[in-house]
Formats: sequence, structure tokens, C-alpha cells
Amino acid sequence: MADPAFSRAGPGRRLRPELFVGQADASPQAAADWSRRRILLTDLRAVRGRAYPRITGLFREKSWLFFEILLPFLTTSAFVFVYRALQAPPEYIGFVVLGGAMTAFWLNVVWMMAAQLYWEKDQGNLELYFAAPMNLMSVLLGMALGGMVMSSTRAVAVLVVASLLYGVSFEVDQWLLLLAVFGLTLAALYGLGMILASLFLMWGREAWHTTQLMVEPVYFVSGLNFPVARLGFIGALAVATIPLAVGLDAMRQLAFAGSQVSLLPPLAEAGILVAMTVLFTLAARWSLRTLERRARIEGRLTMRWQ
Amino acid sequence: MTAPVQRVPAIEARDIRRTYKARPRDVVALDGVDLDVAAGEFFGLLGPNGAGKTTLIKILTTLLAPSSGTARVFGFDIEGDTRKIRRIMNMVAGGEQSGYGILTVREQLWMFSQFYGMPGAVGWRRVDELIEAVGLEEQRLQRVNSLSTGQRQKMNFARGLLNDPWILFLDEPTLGLDVSAARSVRELVLAWQAAVSGRTVLLTTHYMAEADELCERIAIVDHGRILAIGSPTDLKRRVQRESVFRLELDRLDGGPARLFRLPGVVSAVLASADGHEGTEDARQTVAVNLVLTDDGALGEVVAALAPLGSHIVALAKSEPTLEDVFVELVGRGFEDEAEAPPPDDGLTPAVPQGAHEAGEPELEDVV
Repeated sequence: MADPAFSRAGPGRRLRPELFVGQADASPQAAADWSRRRILLTDLRAVRGRAYPRITGLFREKSWLFFEILLPFLTTSAFVFVYRALQAPPEYIGFVVLGGAMTAFWLNVVWMMAAQLYWEKDQGNLELYFAAPMNLMSVLLGMALGGMVMSSTRAVAVLVVASLLYGVSFEVDQWLLLLAVFGLTLAALYGLGMILASLFLMWGREAWHTTQLMVEPVYFVSGLNFPVARLGFIGALAVATIPLAVGLDAMRQLAFAGSQVSLLPPLAEAGILVAMTVLFTLAARWSLRTLERRARIEGRLTMRWQ
Repeated sequence: MTAPVQRVPAIEARDIRRTYKARPRDVVALDGVDLDVAAGEFFGLLGPNGAGKTTLIKILTTLLAPSSGTARVFGFDIEGDTRKIRRIMNMVAGGEQSGYGILTVREQLWMFSQFYGMPGAVGWRRVDELIEAVGLEEQRLQRVNSLSTGQRQKMNFARGLLNDPWILFLDEPTLGLDVSAARSVRELVLAWQAAVSGRTVLLTTHYMAEADELCERIAIVDHGRILAIGSPTDLKRRVQRESVFRLELDRLDGGPARLFRLPGVVSAVLASADGHEGTEDARQTVAVNLVLTDDGALGEVVAALAPLGSHIVALAKSEPTLEDVFVELVGRGFEDEAEAPPPDDGLTPAVPQGAHEAGEPELEDVV
């Protein structure tokens, strides 16, 4: 005898099945046949979709502003007082304020890009992303775009408050180049984050340890609180490999015209950033494809219990 | 020349095998599965935990590659046409916690609509329609992390319909829901399939009554193999070698022994009002459980009642359940085997201990 709980005509609310009917295609074959334009638009809309929760979260969770503005600001302030006590050249105050602002982006890349696919898997989102018809790069780009918007707010807040409080005066001769270098730095930095996102997922639980391992060394060799040129060979190596190091070095030269503490001219460093952006984006695409292939073959990575 | 569209089956799977690497030995999740599901069919995979149902769904939804064998979804190969399959299918799983708790129901669904390429305004409109269709109007502006389990599953179901899928994979969709919420979800599934013609549903479940009520055909799965396929009625008929009736009479002088002597009657015993063997119930009627060689023997029984002065108060045929079918096929019930553990590849990620205590965000808050 059938369980009454499984009755087809239950006592529930009256359904309006007509609302289920969407814009149906004539057949599954027609529905699966997408034009190049539709594929491209889907990928772009997926970028927008994935960026949405991050941008919305910016206005919804005010506590993040406290943790990610006040705390980095305190660190920046500590360095400002040290430089003042040492009677360092005034542009050093500007260097550390700029570095403090850029910290927001690095933290965002580490915690909300690199570790994100790992979180997405735990939440059960990853397999839905894989099962959707968009290019997975759209998800990473959306995460990156949303992250940039989130972090920009924090970076601007740190920059403005610290500059006013500590009397930083910027001397910018080449505004366009400064903006271009800033944009390229973010592109290269988030490109690196996209690669790490796939790699961290493949490394499984080691991701956490790796993340924690990377934070402080990158802080150091990126010269967030001092000119990276002071590190000599290590600084040069950092400039060649870490987007934050090369970007900061270029931005400091452009924001404080006449600064002599640098490794390479800004244009050369902009060239390095362009190369990094291209390289990291291609590598991210490759690693994501590898991830998907491995996920399908090995039966893990996308599924929560595996 | 390709076959006419309407002749293309929704699912064709041939000799699908899937093995997971594990210690101390590999786990065979699917062991040579052949399956055909017609377009527009409501098909169920019924089996205990660890039977291989979810693995088969993962393969058909292109999330997992088979170790060997081939499968097609509406004629598209699961290995070579993954993108095309993803455009026409969707999936909803029981206990799904997808999305971001910080978003409202409306925003969450809109976000997913973007992954299917809907223009922004069209997406919002479709989301509002589906919110109304699944009965979440009151929760539409409520944050996802404040929904009840049942509301959440309705939202997940709406997500699964955003792209008007031609095939909807439902993996234990009522898992963990209370009776009322589970019924709501089942009503929604049936209403959707009735509203949009030609849509196929592949449901996995270990709830027999759910499979019995919803599915046109069922495959009974155990240990990675399909043991039987058929409509619920056909499957039950396989194990019904005798006809069983419950006969309620106003009186039966001489007791059921008077019926036992009739031709075609295998057994006749008194039954209580609730179906268990017993004596006359409170309404002073006599209930008898009759086992006949076949339905035709019932006529002899009815004819024999008049001379005895007995009148029929109620007569019902007792059907075997799908559990009877499973026991017949496997030799044990669903509950007799513990859930198979997931393969331990040593790489299972886990949130590190103390992460939350250390002020890390809750999972649902990570956007």
C-alpha cells in the first residue's frame, strides 16, 4: 500500500505549473546548438554572475571593512613611525602607505582566489560550475573581478586615510602610466591567483599550509613596507617573478617622481607585468583544463566527499 | 543522415564501468551498466547507499569519466560533447548547500542564471517566475543562509530549472527532508514534468515509496550492477507468484477453514483490522487474509460466501512492494548493508581544525 506521504495530490499549496515553462527550444539538439556569439555572451555573463556575490558582499558585510582596513592600517602605521624615528627620507612614508594599500590585493589573492576553489568544493559549488555550460575561466575571472572591486575599496581607504594622517604628498608626472601599471599589477596578481586556485585544489589539504607558508615570504620579498631594491639580488629575483614586487616598484617610481630607490625603469617593469599577465593567464587556463581532466578521470576534486 | 529528433533516446549507456583508486584495494562503483531511458520518461535508479547510483549520475552529467564503456545523452557523447550536454541538462542533489549564504534567494538564483548565459533582465524575470512556481515568494529577499532545509531544497530545485533542461538529474532530492517538505519537492517535480512536454527526469533514490510513486520505470541497482529494469508494476509482478487479498466479511461461521478447502485457495487466515493476523475487530467484522493460486480463484471464494450467509464488507488486493522485489533479487533488504565508505585516496580535503575558531569565515560566507 502506498505511503500517504507520497500522495501525488497532497494538501499543499496550489501549484502554478505554467510558470515552469520557460523559453523552450524545439528539441534537445536545437537547445544544444549554440552560436559562437551565444557562447561568448554566456562566458561574459558568467563572469558577471560570479563577480556579483563578491561585490554584493562588500556592502552587506561591514565587518570585513573593519578587519581588512583597520588591521592593515595599523601595520602600515607601525612602519610609518619606525621610518619617522629613523629620520628616513619622506618618500619612505609614501612607500609604506602605498605598500599598505596594495596589501589588500595580495591578501585577497591568497585567501579569496588561491583558496577559493577549495572552498567552493567544500560548499558543493564546484561541481555545479563544472556542470554548467560556461568556460570555467569565466568563474575565475569573475572571482578576480569581484575581488579587485572588493580590495580596491579597502586599498583606497587605507591610501586616503594614511596619506591624510601622515601627510604623504604624491608627485605624479605620468598619470596614465601609473594607472596602466596599477591595472597591469592587478591583472598579473590575479592571474597568479587563478593559477594557484587550480593548483591548490589539486594539492588538497596541503593548500592551507601552502597558503600560510606563502604569506609572509611574499610580504618580505615584495617589499610591501620598504623599497624592494634594497634587497639586491633577491629583490631583482622578486621583481622578475612576483607581480606585487615589480608592480610596487614601478608604482613607487611613478607616484613619487624623482625617487632613486628602484631596480628598473617603470616602462621596463610595465613590460615585465605585461609578460606576467599573459603567462599567468595562459598558465591558469592550462591548469584549469588539467584540473577538469583530472577531476573527471580520477573522480575527485569536484565532489565534496572525494 | 541523423535519426529523427524524437527517436533519440534521452540516455543510452553501454557497459559502463567505473573504478575508484583506493586503499587497500580499488572500489568498483559501476560494473558493466547498460541503460536506455526514453525521451520524456521519468526514470528511477533505486538502490541502497553505495550501490553506484550517484556515480552513474556523475558520469551522465559529464562530471566523471567512466573507466570504460560509452554513454550518450540525447545522442551527445559524454566524453566528446560535454559542453552540449551541459547546455541541455541540470542537476539537483539532496542536501545541497550550493551558492553563497550572503545572497538572497533571488540573487542566488540570478547568479546561477548567468552561468547559463541568460541576459540580466531575462534572468531576473525567470528567477521571479520560478520563485513563485516553487512557492518561495515570501523568502525571495531572505538570505540563503537563513532558509530551512526544505526551503533550501525548493530553491535548489528552482536553480535546476533555470535553463529549462531537457533532462533533469535528481540525486536523492528528498534526502534529509521531513515528510511535508519531501512531498512538496515531489509535487514540484511532477508539476514541472507535466508542464513542460518531452522533458526527462532521472531520479536516484533509496526511498522505495518515492520511486514507486514517481517513476514510470525503475532500475534496481546494487553493487554497481543493474539487477532489474521495469515499471514498478512489472517489477512487483515478478515476485508476485500468488495473489493475496484481504477480505472483510460481516460474519464467517466456521472460520476461515471454510474457505481454505476451496479450489485455488493456498491459505486463509484471520487478519486484524490493521492487517496483522488476529481475530474479529471492534466493528464486529471478520477480516481474512487470502492467498490464492491466481486471481481467478477469487470467483470461487465469492460464490462460496453466499451459502455461508456471509456478505463482503471490503475486498482489497495486497500488492508486493519494491522492497519485496529487491529482497527477491538480492537476498537481503536495503538496511542490511552499511553504506560503502568513500574511497580513501589520502587526498580528501578538509577544513583544518580550528580554522573557524581562529576567526576564519564560515563556509557559506566565503564569496
